[in-house]
Amino acid sequence: MSEEADKTPPAPLGLLAELTHRCPLRCPYCSNPIALESREGELDAATWGRVFVEAAALGVMHIHLSGGEPVSRRDLPDIVAHCAEAGLYSNLITSGLGLTQALVERLADRGLDHVQLSIQDAEPDSADRIAGYRGAHARKLEAAQWIVATGMPLTINAVIHRANVSRATKIVALAVELGARRVEIAHAQYYGWALANRAALMPARAEADAAWAAVEEMRIALEGAIVIDHVAPDYHARTPKPCMGGWGRKTLNVSPSGKVLPCHAAETIPGLEFWSVKDHSLADIWRRAPAFNAFRGTEWMAEPCRSCDRRTIDFGGCRCQALALLGDARATDPVCSLSPHHDVVGRVANRDSVSDAAYRYRAAPRSFEKA
Amino acid sequence: MSAGEDIPASARPHLPRGVKLKRDEARGGFALLAPERIVRADPVAAAVLERCDGQRTLAEIVDDLCVTYRGERGRIEADVRRLLADLAAKKMVRL
Repeated sequence: MSEEADKTPPAPLGLLAELTHRCPLRCPYCSNPIALESREGELDAATWGRVFVEAAALGVMHIHLSGGEPVSRRDLPDIVAHCAEAGLYSNLITSGLGLTQALVERLADRGLDHVQLSIQDAEPDSADRIAGYRGAHARKLEAAQWIVATGMPLTINAVIHRANVSRATKIVALAVELGARRVEIAHAQYYGWALANRAALMPARAEADAAWAAVEEMRIALEGAIVIDHVAPDYHARTPKPCMGGWGRKTLNVSPSGKVLPCHAAETIPGLEFWSVKDHSLADIWRRAPAFNAFRGTEWMAEPCRSCDRRTIDFGGCRCQALALLGDARATDPVCSLSPHHDVVGRVANRDSVSDAAYRYRAAPRSFEKA
Repeated sequence: MSAGEDIPASARPHLPRGVKLKRDEARGGFALLAPERIVRADPVAAAVLERCDGQRTLAEIVDDLCVTYRGERGRIEADVRRLLADLAAKKMVRL
C-alpha cells in the first residue's frame, strides 16, 4: 500500500446498515446486488448493537437502517434502541410495507429519529406496477399518516425513471400533501438490479431535462414548506458525482451478513478483499481493510484524473460505474466529459431510452410469495 | 429587510423532533443532526441553539446571550435572527 493509504483516514459520518436483503417489493431500480444474501446469514440485533457502539466511537453520527426492507426484521425495535443507546441518529429507510400503526409508535418510542418512505409514482396503478405489488401505494400513504402522527420527520423518496419521469412534480406535491418535511427526487442510478433493468428504466433525455427543470422551480416556490433534495440523472451529466463523497472518506456500508463495503455496489468490483464485523472491529476495517484502501485518496488515479483540478472534488467519480460502463474500475468515470470514453455514456443512454425491454423483477423471496 | 427581522420577539424557537444538537466527540465542537444533514455548529450557533428549548422567547434568548457574552444587543439580536431564519427555511428550527 502507498504511504497515503497508511495515513489515518478522516472519521466517517454515516453508516448504512443493510439489515436484510428480504423485501416484499420488487422495484426494478433496486440497488441491491443481483446475488441477494439469505435470511440465515443475517447478523442478530446484539451484533448490530456492538457495531453501532464501535461506529459511534469511530465518529459516525447517522445510522441508516436499510435493506431490503428493514421492517422484515421482527427485532427492528431492538435494533433502533441500540442506535439510541449508542447516541446515534437513526434513519429508517422503508417501503412502508409491513408497518402497522402500533409498530410505528413503538419505533418512535424506542428513539427512532427519522423515517424515509419510498413511493414509486404519484399515480397508484403505475406505482404498483413499478413496485411489482398490487395495493402497495395505498399502504404507503397510510404508513405516511402514521409516521407524521408521531411527530417524527418524514422524508418521501422517489426514484425517477421512464415510467414516472413525467410526474416528478406531482410526486413533490404528494409529499407536501402527506406532511413530509423533506422529499428526495432521485433520478435512477444504474447499479445492481437497476443496471440489469437499465433498458427498461432509461428516460428520454428531453423528458429527464424537463423534469429536472420543473422540480428545481418547485424548490424555490416551496422554500420553507419542504426541503427538496434532487439527485441528477448521471448519464446526462458532464461532471461525475463524487460517489459516496469519495471512496472510504465519509461512509461505510454493512451488508446483512456483516461484510463491510465502501459502497453498496463495491462487491461488483473484482479482486477487492472485504472484511467482516464478525472478524474485525469497525475501526480496524475502516483503517486497514484492503477494500477501503483500494481507491482511497488520489494515489490510485490515472490520467486524466491524476492531474485534474477536480480530483479532490469528485474523486474520479464512481468506481462501480467505470466498471459497469468500461469494464475497468480504475478508469475515470466516463460520465466525466474529460474521459476519453465519455461518448459511451450518451450512446448507451440513447440506445436504452428507446428500448422496449420489459422489467426484470427481482424474485419474490419465499416468505413473501403469498403476501 | 434583513433575514429574520419578521420573527416576533415572543416566538419560542425550538428544534423539532428529528433535529438534534450533539457534541461531536471525534472532531470536536458541535454538530446539528437532521434528516440526511449534518451541519457543523460553530460556538456561537451552538450557544443559540442550546437556548432554543421552546420555553424561552426570542427576546429572552437574546437577553441571556448579551449577559453571557457581554456583546452589543443589536448585533447579537441580528445574528440570532439571521441564524434562526436560515435554519427555519431548512426546517431545522421551528419558530
